[in-house]
Amino acid sequence: MKPKIAAQSGTFESSDVIFLIEPLPHNSGRKIELYSTVMQQYGVSFRRIVDEMLDQFEMTDIHLIAKDKGALEPTIKARLETAIKRSLDQQEGTLK
Amino acid sequence: MKNFKNRRTMLYIPGNNPAMIQQGGIYGADSILLDLEDAVALNQKDAARTLVRNMIKVTDFYDAEVCVRVNHLSTPFGMADLEEIVPLQPSAIRYPKTESPEEVIELLNIIEKIEDRHGLPHNKMTIHAMIETAMGVQNVFNIASKFSRIDAITIGGQDLTADMNIIYTPDGAGIDFARKRIIMAAKASHIDVIDTVFPDVNDEEGLRRETEYARKIGFTGKAVINPRQIDVVHEVFTPTEEEVRKAYHIVKEFRANSAAGIGVFAIDGKMVDAPIVARAEYVLRLANVQVG
Amino acid sequence: MLNSLGREIPEYMEGIGKLEPFQGALTKLSKGWMDEPTIPAPNKAYLPHQSKLCKTLEEAIIRSNPHNGMTVSFHHHLRNGDILLVQTLTILHNMGIREITLASSSLNECHDPILPYLVDGTVTRIFSSGIRSQLGRAIALGVLETPVVIHSHGGRVRCIHTGKIQIDLAVIPASAADIEGNATGSHGKSAFGSIGYAVIDARYAKQVIVVTDNLVNYPCIPLSISQNFVDHVVLVDSIGDASKIATGTTRITNSPMDLRIAKLAADVIENSGFFVPGFAFQVGAGGASLAVAKFIREKMKTKGLKGSFMLGGITSYCVDMLNEGLFETIFDVQSFDAVVSNSLLNNRHHIEIPAALYANPFNCGCITNKIDVVVLGALEIDVDFNVNVITGSEGNIRGASGGHSDTASGAKLTVVVCPSFRGRIPIIKKRVHTIVTPGETVHVLVTERGICVNPAFRELEENLRNAGLNIKDIHDLEIEVDKITGIPAPLEYTDKIVGIVEYRDGTIIDVIHQLKEHGA
Repeated sequence: MKPKIAAQSGTFESSDVIFLIEPLPHNSGRKIELYSTVMQQYGVSFRRIVDEMLDQFEMTDIHLIAKDKGALEPTIKARLETAIKRSLDQQEGTLK
Repeated sequence: MKNFKNRRTMLYIPGNNPAMIQQGGIYGADSILLDLEDAVALNQKDAARTLVRNMIKVTDFYDAEVCVRVNHLSTPFGMADLEEIVPLQPSAIRYPKTESPEEVIELLNIIEKIEDRHGLPHNKMTIHAMIETAMGVQNVFNIASKFSRIDAITIGGQDLTADMNIIYTPDGAGIDFARKRIIMAAKASHIDVIDTVFPDVNDEEGLRRETEYARKIGFTGKAVINPRQIDVVHEVFTPTEEEVRKAYHIVKEFRANSAAGIGVFAIDGKMVDAPIVARAEYVLRLANVQVG
Repeated sequence: MLNSLGREIPEYMEGIGKLEPFQGALTKLSKGWMDEPTIPAPNKAYLPHQSKLCKTLEEAIIRSNPHNGMTVSFHHHLRNGDILLVQTLTILHNMGIREITLASSSLNECHDPILPYLVDGTVTRIFSSGIRSQLGRAIALGVLETPVVIHSHGGRVRCIHTGKIQIDLAVIPASAADIEGNATGSHGKSAFGSIGYAVIDARYAKQVIVVTDNLVNYPCIPLSISQNFVDHVVLVDSIGDASKIATGTTRITNSPMDLRIAKLAADVIENSGFFVPGFAFQVGAGGASLAVAKFIREKMKTKGLKGSFMLGGITSYCVDMLNEGLFETIFDVQSFDAVVSNSLLNNRHHIEIPAALYANPFNCGCITNKIDVVVLGALEIDVDFNVNVITGSEGNIRGASGGHSDTASGAKLTVVVCPSFRGRIPIIKKRVHTIVTPGETVHVLVTERGICVNPAFRELEENLRNAGLNIKDIHDLEIEVDKITGIPAPLEYTDKIVGIVEYRDGTIIDVIHQLKEHGA
């Protein structure tokens, strides 16, 4: 799937992560930029989580930027899921 | 009698704050209340719901009971909250602004349908009804007494005063009647009744005064908005050593006398009968003391 | 060769000399004396009514025989407000002096401006109890050829006695001084309280410059530093940024997490068997450590229990407890806020002590030996209770040995307080990156997720269990926390040694390897 709209989730607070998603032109694939205060220690698993979740939602033509301040895995997954659903305009039960 | 849970403190944790959720279990609160309602901005309801769902799945909250406050079904958020949270079966769902038994019936129908879809029992997760409107206060006995799944009711002081068009004052004058009416409904229904939060986290003395009052008039616990408030509330709601010693003595004597076929007896010249024994047993449960 | 904690220690290092491996906290002391000879302090002469006053710091430095390869020392009582260390090194740099050994009792963020002097060879060796910020990062990445030596506060005194640090020039900032160099930190606009770390420098340095922004009529009392050791006196406009030296009073943290840890630590202390009338107590100046004092204060009042003395880094909180009669005496080697200076000056039960009396292991008894209970922090702790307070999770040098190992070795009960993880990084490790304080001197670890008792202290564990505290095996807690955070990838290091960590007795407890720059 392709993002319909630019979307964001999460915060810049400690133990949280912020995801920004932008649609890219057709056939652009995925452009991913990950930044983290714990990149040295958790960079590999961070990248794996992002890839797996983008695969799961079959996301393509997506520009994703993440800024992490030491979020735990369930937080990373929750924020990314929210950002993806928002970018697909599929979020439920919230004001936009 | 229902399963006994100690609910001296219920710690509110904003549902969209990962730092606070991941530390929720460390403060020793009896209950953790993950809040999807007032603590979450209207345009972050989806984010909070997803975060709370993920965190509940993997976070160890240690001995604390885990409850989730969902949004009311009349909002655009309530149904989505239930769809996401009910399958996780937290200890309890806290339902805000409960006004009538009809609302509870609607809520339970939806919850049970979700539970059926997931093959879950209808009797594990309980409901805490929040009374925070004048209408809710008027209907509280029918809310508290008619549903086996409701095992606690609580008062929401800030919302209630707003609904009453009065200003919340530290002496609690405006909500005193509501407090006592809600307590009586809970006592008549044999369920827990939990007091509203004390908003000034820096006023430890004020918190202690209000908690002492809450205990005196019959509340079984108090909601807290900051972990720093937990110790004070626990101190107030935990029986003193003297109270525990007396209760222990009463229960022990009672068992000895019952074994001998004696119903009413005296300790230190004072008559001990069933209500006094029941009260003593309650004190020992609060203090987590067994009579061996 | 391996030391007794299994750390590989080289036998010799260029620029440092022979290294003796750590063999246990009390092994070397149990002999009763120190084999290494002490060097003599310099003998000086001075004519009646000669003048020590110099117009500028530069003039004083010129009169102090600056030369290549010299050792320059400083104290860190001005904390992050110090400006004189940078000024002094800049003057020496501009004179073309090279290969300086910098021997500051500690280094802070405010000293980052000297980094270019490490790069260009002005400063080639460093002795300090702590290094932080950009300096710490640069040193971890290998900016210096010769490894830095990290010593404890007590160990620094020993280093100076034995000549491991031979001070050519000591620059001693003081908030009040007279023309003969009698000096103190206890009054004046830049008051910083105790000047305890500088006393040994004044005694042993070949040249001593007292720098003040407050030249008072002779004599300046109290004689924290006395004139018979001072060569030159300089009056300057400012010795530092007063707002960063000492301000107001210390506030107890509002962080629920720190307060939770502190509350648990206070419960540990109360039930340890050492919370008895006349107990001696030391806490750190910040975070959870200081907050322990808040709870201990309440417990002392409730029980009507009075202690003997408080020691170490002193905050206004300690002063309050002294004034309330909860303790009889404060021994103050370092003061943390403005109120403390005032108390030090005016209360005869608040006593300024030098580092040697505070913590030097090689004398007839330092005061740390008399501590009953000390509460300390940690950057990391491992399942053997070894504590790292010098290298951060990202591999930088970013902390201080300070009095950590000194007080831990002396106390009957050493309580380490820290969160179980910080910024997702677990604090409890299988093996800490750098050992500063050996596990044999640490009794209890208190985290927000449980209390771990060193298995060597069974009776203590029994006491705490009987009190109903939440005791966990440290191995279990380590696994529990790893489960929450995920296991971090290890950092990468080269074979080059960039730092040597001395234990207080002078043996080497660990070394710090050069960090590989991430992404490089």
